Amino acid sequence: MEVSRHWRLRQQRYALVGEVCPHCETKIFPPRDICPDCGQDAKTLYQFSGRGEVFSFTTVHDAPAGHEGNAPYTVALVRLDEGPMLTAQLTDLGEQPVEIGMPVEMVTRRLREDGDRGMLVYGYKFRPRLSAA
Amino acid sequence: MSPAAGFGAPSGIYVAGVGLTPVGEHWELSLREIALQAIEAARADAGGLRPQALFVGNMLAPALSGQTHLGALLADFAGLRGIEAAVFEAAGASGGAALRQACLALASGMIDSALVVGVEKITDRIGPAVNAALAGAADADYEAVQGITPTAQAALLMRRYMHEHQVPAGGLAGFALAAHANAVDNPYAIYRRRLTAEDYAGAPRISDPVTLLDAAPVADGAAALLLTRGEAYPPGAHRPAARVAASAVATSALALHDQPDPLFLSAAALACQRAYAQAGVGPKEIQLFELHDAFTVYAALALEAAGFAERGQGWRLAADGRITRDGLIPISTFGGSKARGDPGGATGVYQVAEVVLQVQGRAGPAQVQGARLGMAQCLGGAAATAVTHILTRDDSARQGSDSS
Repeated sequence: MEVSRHWRLRQQRYALVGEVCPHCETKIFPPRDICPDCGQDAKTLYQFSGRGEVFSFTTVHDAPAGHEGNAPYTVALVRLDEGPMLTAQLTDLGEQPVEIGMPVEMVTRRLREDGDRGMLVYGYKFRPRLSAA
Repeated sequence: MSPAAGFGAPSGIYVAGVGLTPVGEHWELSLREIALQAIEAARADAGGLRPQALFVGNMLAPALSGQTHLGALLADFAGLRGIEAAVFEAAGASGGAALRQACLALASGMIDSALVVGVEKITDRIGPAVNAALAGAADADYEAVQGITPTAQAALLMRRYMHEHQVPAGGLAGFALAAHANAVDNPYAIYRRRLTAEDYAGAPRISDPVTLLDAAPVADGAAALLLTRGEAYPPGAHRPAARVAASAVATSALALHDQPDPLFLSAAALACQRAYAQAGVGPKEIQLFELHDAFTVYAALALEAAGFAERGQGWRLAADGRITRDGLIPISTFGGSKARGDPGGATGVYQVAEVVLQVQGRAGPAQVQGARLGMAQCLGGAAATAVTHILTRDDSARQGSDSS
């Protein structure tokens, strides 16, 4: 079931909480406690805005176990406005074609499921930015 | 020799025997049986030599076969009960990682002979289970949970690569076509047929822009190498020896999104730089390069990381026909993962075995004429681990006993 494993990540998955390095100001997501840029301690929590743009994207048809019910789905590398990049599904696309550079924003959605009686895992996905300006 | 050569360089380590098995869907063979075939072939090639230690490269047995502890399993099954044995895992670079560990052990002087076997048994499981197991090479908490697969990661890289460097549609076709042409003569290859540009252009998209013909077939396979220190090398004079001239490993961020520059394979570049320094050579001296071509875009990026092309120009080597066996830098000379097949953690051992056959002049119809110095590099995950080995022909040590 891995309940504790997903529970531990609730701040990251539901609220996009990362870290900021107190030494070099690098914004860090996912949190890793040691700054990847300067190598010093970086445990200061940082709330990301949830806005970013598409760095690259593709569509998954042949899904791994736990994601079959959702296929086909679009996954992307999203460059957050604050600097870091993350991997996330795109959602609420409608008829809109996805493009590199497209502004997106975070929403919370169901990520995966483990059968009829299994756990539902929720977390961030990104949708086209409604207030794109 | 450059000033850097010698620092951390392997000394007096030879490949005394290689063993290959056909990559394919082996419904009739188990994990241990495939491994045994490769082990027996390598030992026979080395004149029946009994190794002091076994280094296993494997990625998927825990997830797909419910089997850990392959060191003891395979040593025992291969009739080597009692010897030192353990398994090494670095996703698709597992085979290279096992070989690297064998080199460290031999260089330490604590053992004189080592058997390296890369083995993967994949086809007992299908579809979602295999995809989930392969996705285990990515960051489980931040990538796999989003439904990512190795194919999707290759697609993310390929789309961005083509976007940033204005690569035309079909610009990567040359990698698939050359690999398939090279596999025609390889009895161990899963696909021994040529492709045409029309085949490539018409291939179904599996994860846009990656098509079926950008992707290597993941299948069962095992390959083995028997390594010795010079003093333990089988006596005789029947064929030139292959010496390990460089052995290097480097890592980068595990998650693709954590790479500062996803289109620059920093671990691959670092492992090549270390290997070049050890061997005292540069890319100009390398006569063939067995690189990571699980997806065509990785072949382009690996050529750039290894110094054979500028950033964004690796694809042109394929488009201009310079990667064939008689080209500027031959790659995938036995078909590569694209056409020989991609047996996961075994791939790195296949690659080195192929380079050994090339520098010994034993590659048959796949021979790169005059090859004396070749390089192999396997990558794990989205290139988070890179293992690079350079093999050189060494006429000062001769090997015999082909008859045993």
